[in-house]
Amino acid sequence: MKLFALMLASVASFLLSPGVQAQETAPDVLVKNVTNEVLDIIRKDKDIKAGSTKRAIELVDHKVLPHFNFSRMTALAVGRDWRQATPEQQKALTEAFKELLVRTYSNALIAYKNETVDYRPFKMQAGETDVTVRTQIHQPGAKQPITLDYSLEKTAKGWKVYDVVVAGVSLVTNYRSSFATEIRNGGIDGLVKTLQAKNKSLEASAK
Amino acid sequence: MKTGLSRQISKLAIAVAAAGLLGGCATSGNPKDPIEGFNRAMFGFNEGLDKVIIKPVATGYEAVLPSPLQTGVSNFFSNIADLMIGVNNLIQGKPAQAASDAGRVLVNTTMGFLGIIDVASTMGMEKHEEDFGQTFGRWGMGDGAYVVLPFFGPRTARDTIGLVFDVATDPVSHIDHIPSRNTLLAVRVISDRAQFLKADKVIEEAALDKYSYVRDAYLQRRQSLIHDGNPPKFDPYSGSQDGKVSEAPQEGTSAAQVATRN
Repeated sequence: MKLFALMLASVASFLLSPGVQAQETAPDVLVKNVTNEVLDIIRKDKDIKAGSTKRAIELVDHKVLPHFNFSRMTALAVGRDWRQATPEQQKALTEAFKELLVRTYSNALIAYKNETVDYRPFKMQAGETDVTVRTQIHQPGAKQPITLDYSLEKTAKGWKVYDVVVAGVSLVTNYRSSFATEIRNGGIDGLVKTLQAKNKSLEASAK
Repeated sequence: MKTGLSRQISKLAIAVAAAGLLGGCATSGNPKDPIEGFNRAMFGFNEGLDKVIIKPVATGYEAVLPSPLQTGVSNFFSNIADLMIGVNNLIQGKPAQAASDAGRVLVNTTMGFLGIIDVASTMGMEKHEEDFGQTFGRWGMGDGAYVVLPFFGPRTARDTIGLVFDVATDPVSHIDHIPSRNTLLAVRVISDRAQFLKADKVIEEAALDKYSYVRDAYLQRRQSLIHDGNPPKFDPYSGSQDGKVSEAPQEGTSAAQVATRN
């Protein structure tokens, strides 16, 4: 009995020790694990196979979202005007943009579920806090793989993705000029409304 | 798709581009897009053409033709394209890539049954993506204004010049037997388009304004291609990246471009 308690205590102290916390998942391993896990589920899940956006969004919410830094992504997409937004506006904007990205990403996952993913060699200097993990998507029938790169930054809560670059195109900064137009026409609140309306119309047309 | 149409069309494209560049009507937004009004009209025209003809045919093609056959068709055209991709790599001062491209053509044309099977890729000879627009960018030519060409879709001024060279050196357009040539050109357009059906849907869903989404994606994509996938990072807050080294063009069939062109 004593021995058991001792074991428990040592396990607990091991888990709590700073050494273990420092051993966070490396960015390339993180991307690989999450991708494999998500693809695995998507290929097996009956609802998703049948094209259910709802299920795919649940999956992304659960498995993918925790690894993304959406406020950084939104700031990147908005650019200069971000600093003029109040904290409440920033929050509303982040929420609306997050929903759009999650929806887009979920639908892309459904569309591309049969593709295979290749991980490019990854090297990282000690102490680096901003890295790119490169992957390639192989489509059956296509002559060339599509590159899919993740930019990650190191935070107190581990590595977080702040940009996704498909075939050289950042899914985040690509919004910058349309965001700027919306902000010019209707301010930050106008942009939030446009995004919310877009999300609603996508939701209405989704299964 | 891009290389595809005949010389007359490329002449038309140049005329249109020249007219657009000279007579620009300024609109909102992106400094790279001084003739946005004209471009939006052309974009609408291309979208209409795609919706009525190209996309339905490509959708049918994808539905009917078994996937391995689609791969064969796409590989066949990819092998033809590798020839000029090699030439472009050579004149960009990348002899190793050029040699690999030549090797690809040799291997795929023989062991791969006229290119239908991409044996070279399985042997580790990577497929590249080059065109004259990228080459001119590498040589230091600025990219100039963004322009949407009829049929060909998004380009920059430099990529439009590149396109003329791409079309002129396209082996398929040099086939003397006109019916065969036209058939090949048409099949290539459809085969290319079929690969972007999914991307197209994703773009429709993602974009607040499809025109500017496609434009910015094209410009980013070209910038990435010209630097072979490693464009210089730009400060997220500094606003526009100034494309001194440039954002360049693509070659026949990059994803973004075809998607754009859709």
